[in-house]
Parts: sequence; structure tokens; C-alpha cells
Amino acid sequence: MQTAGLGLIASAGLASGLVQAANVQPQARRKLAPIVKGPYATDEKPTPYADVTTYNNFYEFGTDKSDPSRNAGTIRTRPWTVSVEGDVKRAKRISLDDLLKLAPLEERIYRMRCVEGWSMVIPWVGFPLARLIEWAEPTGNARYVEFISLADPDQMPGVRVPVLDWPYTEGLRLDEARHPLAILAVGLYGETLPDQNGAPLRLVVPWKYGFKGIKSIVSLRFTEKMPVSSWMRANSREYGFYSNVNPEVDHPRWSQATERRIGEGGLFNRRRKTLMFNGYADQVGQLYAGMDLRKYF
Amino acid sequence: MELPTRLPPDRLITVKRTIFVLALLPLLRLVVLGFNEDLGANPVEFVIRSNGTWTLTFLLITLGITPLRKITGMNWLLSLRRMLGLYAFFYAVLHFLSYVWLDQWFDWGAIVKDVAKHRYVLVGFAAFLCLIPLAATSTNAMMRRLGRNWQTLHRLVYLIGVLGATHYWWLVKKDLTQPLIYGAVLILLLGYRLLTKVQRTSIA
Repeated sequence: MQTAGLGLIASAGLASGLVQAANVQPQARRKLAPIVKGPYATDEKPTPYADVTTYNNFYEFGTDKSDPSRNAGTIRTRPWTVSVEGDVKRAKRISLDDLLKLAPLEERIYRMRCVEGWSMVIPWVGFPLARLIEWAEPTGNARYVEFISLADPDQMPGVRVPVLDWPYTEGLRLDEARHPLAILAVGLYGETLPDQNGAPLRLVVPWKYGFKGIKSIVSLRFTEKMPVSSWMRANSREYGFYSNVNPEVDHPRWSQATERRIGEGGLFNRRRKTLMFNGYADQVGQLYAGMDLRKYF
Repeated sequence: MELPTRLPPDRLITVKRTIFVLALLPLLRLVVLGFNEDLGANPVEFVIRSNGTWTLTFLLITLGITPLRKITGMNWLLSLRRMLGLYAFFYAVLHFLSYVWLDQWFDWGAIVKDVAKHRYVLVGFAAFLCLIPLAATSTNAMMRRLGRNWQTLHRLVYLIGVLGATHYWWLVKKDLTQPLIYGAVLILLLGYRLLTKVQRTSIA
């Protein structure tokens, strides 16, 4: 199976990426400090580190869940700058180190629900996205934020395959982006973010499906018009702008009513009911008051 | 080297036994990985996917027997076809069981809804249903009883192949590489039959 799998990946044009990845040093795990306990923590048991870091959707490193943990070591996460653009007073590039000075690092233990029907509990380390937005000072025109990932074929073998329209992009309404639940994560389990989880900087919006949590962010663009995300471009019937977790609105091809929590119960791990807004309805419900969530999925 | 049209009975038995054991390896692998808790972060998905892809693989191998026999002249290959087809059924049963048990926990209401609402589940379920009569009529006695109808009935396998490949195609989120590979092999194998049929008709 393994050999067959490798053969198929090679045929998809990833062979050189895999060969490269074989020479990559194992990632250094570095403690982040200081970290304060943040709000909204779930008391559910966190998903084991091994599962959080080996079961990933990060197509820039291959489409199999095990590809990112094997291939992502080729990304160069330092130095790293984020370009802030569009309808803001401070349209400029900011280095990761300066970003980290905007706010103290917090631990946020959140549920993560993937659109594919599985979920995790992840102790993220990060800071509110709102702090960066305050720093950028959006103008009156800004109504949305578009996020853009790195898309460098030299560092990301999956980008050589047109499985999505690269670079990966995502978007939030400005009020969603300012919501205190929304964070930019730079770590998990008290350590720097592993490459396969979106190092060095990723979005975490726990009331939305996991793919909204764009990884390896290089740019934030403030706009008046609603941005079109990569998944909307790929299939607008199946993936909408909001992509809020909603057990009542199925994906056109599969149910969203239940989910399987990764890392629990092995083979006899039963599905659990998916909660509205992934259990964060009390916090974010008012953002969507009066909206038809079937239409704005 | 001349390829043998027939095999001596003792060698044919050795070949059959070898294939019988080899075809059990995908199941053995799951059992070993399962006992070592090595089925990855999502063991249920792993088991369902593995049984599903092996069902498709055995279906394609079974469909490959006739073309291979005709091209190479190795007529003895025909005596492997029943076993390979039954292995496709065997892995389909495991695939179906792992879905109803490990994935859905016998929640029949949810299963009926899943089959009715989701087209990839529906075509997969239809393929599974079609496999049942083929497995049931795979014995020598049934072949004799059905006579000419046996072959007509067993042409269902072409439909099963198409349904199975479609099932895989429709469930994939974005990267179609794997379903396309299965689909391409299927088209090749069905295309060969169409081609030889057209040739036969034009000669006659």
C-alpha cells in the first residue's frame, strides 16, 4: 500500500518534493513563553499531540492527511513578514517578531470541526486577531479581511499541482474578524506551531469549519467587497463564504449532523452530535442574527 | 518464452492457494495494525477506506482476467476468476460492515437517510446490492442451473465496476487522482470488451 501510495503521489508530480522532504531535519520543538490562560477554554480532553500533528489538511504539502507532517519541513518560517494591505491606515509589512509584540500570548483550548466530519480539541497559543486589526486601523471602507497563504513551489511541493487555485485565500467579515474568539495562532501545546499545522502564523476561528483556518499567512487585505476564498472558487455550490459549523445544513454530498472526535476510542469511537456554531453559539450567534444560514452557508 | 495455455492440476492448485493467501493480506494488515493501535488518527476512516479500495482493486483484477487470458492465451487464468470475484465481494462486505457498524453504529434511521440523501452513498450501496446475486450464484451448481442466463446475470459486474468507481469519485473532496486511476483502468478493461465485441460483429 505504502509503495502504491508513493507511486500515485509521484504520478501527481510530487516526487521531487518527497525526495527533498526526506533530507529535511526533524523540526525542533520550542517552548513558547510566557503564555497566559485565555478565555473560552473548553474543558474537553485535548486531542493527543501526535494526532494533531499527523492528521492535517494542508494541500500545499500534499492532499493526503499524512502528507503535511512528512513534507512540511521544507517551509522556511524565519524570517517571516506579513503584508497588511488595502483599506487601512497602516498599509505596511510587519515582521513576525513585531506581530508578537502586539499582544501577550494566550492559550486558547478550542474545538476544531473539519468540514469532512471529524473534530479535535486543540490547545492553541496565539493572540486575538482584533489586536492586529486595531494596529492596522481599517478605514471606513473596510468591511472584509482577505487572508492569503504562502504559495512557493520551492518550499511547498503541493503547490506544483493545481488541485486548488493557489495561493490559498480565505476571508472574514470585519466584525467576525474582530470577534474575541478569532485568534492568530503561533503555537499549540505550549510550543511553536509545527510546520504542518500552518507555521509560523495561522488563523483560528473555532465556530467555522477548519478550512477557514488559513495557514502560513503572508498577507491580510482589508476590502470593501466580499473576498472569494479558494474553496469557493473550487466549488461554490459546496463551500460558501461563511462556512459556519451548522449541523442542520448538510454539505451537498455528506451529512454535517455528526462528527467523529479524533484520538478517542480507537476503532470503537462513536460519532457525536455536531453543535451549532461548533458549540460557540452563545458567543457568535448575534453576528448572524436574522440571516438565512441555508442561503449564507 | 511460451506462455502455458494450461497448467498441470497440481501447479494450478499451488497458484490458487497462493492467491487465496495473498488476497487475505489486506485484511491481515488491518488486524495487525489494529492490535498495535497503529491505524492512524482516524482508525474508523482508515478501515473503511482500506476495505473500499481493496473491493475496487479486486473488482478490477477480476475484470482483468478475460482480457489477460485472451491476449496471452493463458486459458487457465479463467479458473482464478471466481475466487477473485468472491474476494471483491468479501472486501465489499467488510467495507459495508465497517460502515454500518464502526461508522454508524447500526443507527438504521441515519443509514437510510444517508443512502437516500447522498448520491455517493447511494451508488456505493447499489453496487453492493448488485454484488450479492453474483456471489450467490457463483457455485458450480448455480452455474448449471442458470445455464445461459448465468452469463447474462454476471454481466452485472460491468455496472458494479462503474458504480464502484463513481462511488469513489463522488466521495473525494477535491483531489481526484486516486479515483481517476481506478476509473482509467476500468475504462481500459471495459473498452477492451467493447472493442472485441465490435470486431466480432464486423467479422460476422
